[in-house]
Amino acid sequence: MIEIGLGHYLSLGAIIFFLGVIGIFLNRKNVIVILMSIELILLAVNINLISFSIFSGDIMGQVFTMLILTVAAAEAAIGLAIIVVYYRNRGSIRVEDIHGMKG
Amino acid sequence: MIAHSIFFYFFSVIAIFSSLMVITSRSTINSVFFLILDFISVGCLFIMVGAEFLGMILLIVYVGAVAVLFLFVVMMLNVAEQKQSWFVGKKSNHLPTGLIVSILILLELLVVAGGWKYKENLMSSSTLILSDISNTHQLGLVMYTDYILYFQLAGIILLLSMIGAILLTFRKRSGVKKQSYFTQISRNPSSAIELKEVESNKGVIIDD
Repeated sequence: MIEIGLGHYLSLGAIIFFLGVIGIFLNRKNVIVILMSIELILLAVNINLISFSIFSGDIMGQVFTMLILTVAAAEAAIGLAIIVVYYRNRGSIRVEDIHGMKG
Repeated sequence: MIAHSIFFYFFSVIAIFSSLMVITSRSTINSVFFLILDFISVGCLFIMVGAEFLGMILLIVYVGAVAVLFLFVVMMLNVAEQKQSWFVGKKSNHLPTGLIVSILILLELLVVAGGWKYKENLMSSSTLILSDISNTHQLGLVMYTDYILYFQLAGIILLLSMIGAILLTFRKRSGVKKQSYFTQISRNPSSAIELKEVESNKGVIIDD
């Protein structure tokens, strides 16, 4: 409990991942919150990779974390651009208003 | 070691609380603020555990770029006034399934993380952390040599996302007067300046 090990960091990553997943599944508001939940999930993945990298003494995990950071930034930019275009066309980005594909 | 535990619990409680607030808070703009708090506390955790460079990069990239981008879009799209909470309003019929699946995911991850038995010095590869140089130095040693292909691929991904974002949000506006650089540059004195002989008491007619 006092000694902080790898399991503590992995548990933190698991809890943040869980909160991100639950934010995607149970969202009734707008799509921006779903994008933020995806950012939370990527953050949890980064926590796991960095703690494995530190506790196993291998720098490869941190290199991979940088690539995930890049992909997360690109994903946020593209997703927000899509949301802006959708709002311009439809005037709303509420989740219940988005049913064009009848899914 | 006791300070390490205290700071770990401090930052992780803040991180978990703020990620809970990101998905449950009433207005979208509050969610963005809590997302920023979440990134900052996880960045502090990274710095604490020994990955200083990535902690700083997390602060710069996430807080400085991504969260501010979210903030811009939320302010621009007029969605901040939606007062509908996560819990009230129209009940979704896939709420029980979503809850069950999420809680199962959490339990599975916790079982894996809690049951992890880790052997000391398990790995032996060419990228082992050396204790006498700093974290940034180590990253630089492998990032531009062993992983140069991935580094450049990351650059290409960023370029593609920039092109995509510009292409998606670009629109031609009608009725906007724009500067025509080619016409400006291709003027020369013989076509731009005209000398006129002005007679006394006659004036000159300017053809505009």
